[in-house]
Amino acid sequence: MNKIISKEYYSDRVIKFEIEAPLIAKSRKAGHFVIVRVGDKGERIPLTIATADVQRGTITLVVQNVGKSSGKLCELNEGDYITNVVGPLGKATHIENFGTVVCAGGGVGVAPLFPIVEALKAAGNRVITVMAARSKDLIILEEQMAAHSDELIIMTDDGSYGKKGLVTNGVEEIIQREKVDLCVTIGPAVMMKFVSLLTKKYEVPTVASLNTIMVDGTGMCGACRVTVGGKTKFVCVDGPEFDAHQVDFDEMLMRLGSYSK
Amino acid sequence: MIDKENKSDRRSEIWREDLRKALKAKERTGLTRVHMNELDPQVRCHNNEEVNLGLTPEQAQTEAKRCLDCAEPNCMGGCPVGIDIPTFVKYIEKGEFLNAAKTLKETSALPAVCGRVCPQEKQCESKCIYIQKMGKEPVAIGYLERFAADYERESGQMSVPETAPKNNIKVAVVGSGPAGLAFAGDMAKLGYSVTVFEALHEIGGVLKYGIPEFRLPNSIVDVEVEILRQMGVEFITDCIVGKTLSYDDLHDMNFKGIFIGSGAGLPRFMGIPGENLNGVMSSNEYLTRVNLMDAANPDSDTPVFFGKKVAIIGGGNTAMDSVRTARRLGAERAMIVYRRSEEEMPARIEEVKHAKEEGIEFFTLRNPMAYLGTEKGHVRKMILQVMELGEPDASGRRSPVEVKGVTEEIDVDLVIVSVGVSPNPLIPSSIAGLQVSKWGTVIVNQDTMQSDVKDIFAGGDIVRGGATVILAMGDGRKAAANMDEYIRGLKA
Repeated sequence: MNKIISKEYYSDRVIKFEIEAPLIAKSRKAGHFVIVRVGDKGERIPLTIATADVQRGTITLVVQNVGKSSGKLCELNEGDYITNVVGPLGKATHIENFGTVVCAGGGVGVAPLFPIVEALKAAGNRVITVMAARSKDLIILEEQMAAHSDELIIMTDDGSYGKKGLVTNGVEEIIQREKVDLCVTIGPAVMMKFVSLLTKKYEVPTVASLNTIMVDGTGMCGACRVTVGGKTKFVCVDGPEFDAHQVDFDEMLMRLGSYSK
Repeated sequence: MIDKENKSDRRSEIWREDLRKALKAKERTGLTRVHMNELDPQVRCHNNEEVNLGLTPEQAQTEAKRCLDCAEPNCMGGCPVGIDIPTFVKYIEKGEFLNAAKTLKETSALPAVCGRVCPQEKQCESKCIYIQKMGKEPVAIGYLERFAADYERESGQMSVPETAPKNNIKVAVVGSGPAGLAFAGDMAKLGYSVTVFEALHEIGGVLKYGIPEFRLPNSIVDVEVEILRQMGVEFITDCIVGKTLSYDDLHDMNFKGIFIGSGAGLPRFMGIPGENLNGVMSSNEYLTRVNLMDAANPDSDTPVFFGKKVAIIGGGNTAMDSVRTARRLGAERAMIVYRRSEEEMPARIEEVKHAKEEGIEFFTLRNPMAYLGTEKGHVRKMILQVMELGEPDASGRRSPVEVKGVTEEIDVDLVIVSVGVSPNPLIPSSIAGLQVSKWGTVIVNQDTMQSDVKDIFAGGDIVRGGATVILAMGDGRKAAANMDEYIRGLKA
C-alpha cells in the first residue's frame, strides 16, 4: 500500500501523482518504471517514473486516463492508497556525454522524458527538447524542461501554442539545421515509429522507450515481447529502451491492440 | 531434525510394535491400493474445483494398513525433505490423524501442497517395498500425506511447529515460492528472524501464479503460509531484491545470510514465424493471468482470451495445467502438441490421465513450424511438422526427427507456448561476484547450496533451471541447515 501525497491535474485527462515509495525513490534512475495495481481485482500496469524525491521518499507518476485501469488510478485522491507499487523495473537510461541530443516527447511521454533530459544535461550534453501535444492545454512540464534544456521547442497539432505541427516537424528542423549525435524519444507508439523513421532517414542514432502490455514486469510472462533487430526481446527486462531503428513498431502497435475489442 | 536413531526409537515405541503385530504381513499385502476419489470429468471441465477429492478416514486407514513399517524404510530415501514416512503413516492407521500431520510438519513446511503436487510416483513411492520387491502398486504415500494435512486443517486444530528461542539473527529470503518457504520454515524453527521478500503482490510464487486452482487451491497455500507467519516469519510483498533493495541494502539492514529462491523466470519461445501474433503467449503469462490475476472472473480488470480452439505447445506439467485451464475456460478443442511420443512426455502420468478424461486431444510427434494470423494480427492457424522417433539423445529419450515434407494445418484461436523456462537474470546480475552457469543458473556447492559469495545460498529453479516443488523445498531445507552452520561459524 502506497499513499498518494499529492494529486495535480495537468489537464482533465492527465494527472500527476506524488506517491510515497521511499525505497523506490532511493533506488530508481532515469528510464526506470514501476508496476501499479489498484484494488484487489486490479490489473498490473507499467508506468514510467517521472521524477523522485529521495528526501521526501516519493516518486512522481504522470498518468493519462485512457482505459479501465488508468481510470481507476485517476479516480484516487490525495491521502488514498494505491494497492501495489513495485519497482524500479527495467534498465536505466544509458547516460553519457554524446554531444548534441534531441529529446522528443509526446503526450504523457513528456513526463518520463524529463529525468532523461535532466540527466543528459548534467552529463554535459547540448540538449534540445521537442515536446508535442494536441493543443496548448495538454502541454506539461514546460518550465522544468526549459530549465534543463539548451533549447525547447513546443509543437501543437492545432497551433494553439508554440509551432503548429507534429513532433517530427520539430525534430526534422533541428536535424537539418545542425549535427545531432543522438535522439531520445518517448511517447505514443505511433509517434515513436514516425520519429524513428525520420531519424533513420538522417542516420541519427535513436533510442525509444517502449510502453507495452505487461503483467509481472520482471521477465516472467513475456507479454511485453517486441521484435528488435529480428530478435524477440522482453521490454520489462531487456528494455524499456531500445535502438529505435531496430524496433518493429508495426508489430508493437498490433500487440498493443491485443485485448482491445 | 529426524536422525536415524530417533527414527528407530520411534519405530520401537510400544504402540508401533502393537500396531505391527495387529495384522499379518500377508493380510497387509493382500489389500489393494486405494483409488483417489475424483470429481466427474464432465462436471469438472466446466468449473475450477479441485479434481482430486482426497480420501475418507476409512480409506486412509485401510491404505495405511498396507504399509509394512519396514525396519529400513527406503521410501524416506526418496523424499527430498526427509519426511518420517512410516511414523506418519502408522499414526494414520492408528487413527491419530493430528499426530500424523504433526509428523509431516517436522520436516515439511507445506504438507498439504506436497500431498497434491509432488510426483510421489518418482520419489517416495518409487522406493516402496511393494513396487521394489513384490511387483505391486506402492503404498499411496502422497494421498495419505494429503489426507493428514487436510484433516488437520479442516479440524481447526492446526498445530504450529515449535521454534527454538529467538537468536535475533536476521536472515533474508528472496522469493516466496516452495524453496523460500521451506527455507523460511526451517530457519524459523532454529530461532532465526526470517524476512521473505516477494516481487509479486501475493505470497507463494509458482504455487500461486503457476499451479491452477483445480490442482492446488490458493486457499490451501494461504493456510500453510499463515502457519509460517505464526512461527514468526515476516513477509514483504512488492519488493524486488536487486531492484527495490540492493545486496548492500540487505547488509545495512543487518541480514547475516541471504537465501535466493527466485525461481525460473523467463519463458522460452521457439523463434518461429508468427510467434508474436496476438493470441500466442507463454504458459507463464496465461496461467498468471488466470491464477494470480483471476482474469477469468468477470470482476477482474485483467483480460484473458477465452479461446475456442486452443493449442498448447509442450508435454510437461505446465502444459497440462494450461490445456486443462483452457478447457475450463470454454475451449471446444483443447490440444496438446508435443514433438515426441506420449511415452517421453515429462508430465506426471496422473496429469495426462486427467487431461484425457477431460477430452484433451493429444497431437504427439508434431512440432509447430509457423503460425498464421488474421488481418488484425490474431493467430488463426498453426502449421505442424510431423515427426518420428529416432535414436536416443543425451537425455536418454528417443529424439524426434522430421518426416520430410509432411505437415498439417490446424485452425486455432489461442496458442500457449509451454516449452520451458530459463532462470531470471534479474537477481544474479545485480550481485557482483555471484557465479552463474552458461544457462544463467546460480552456481552453488551442491552439498551445501552455498554460493561463492559466502553469505548467499540459493536453491530451487534458480539453481536447477526448472524442476519440481519438492526438489525446490529439499534445496531450501539443505540451505537452511548449512546456512545455520555457516552463521554459527561466524560467531565462533
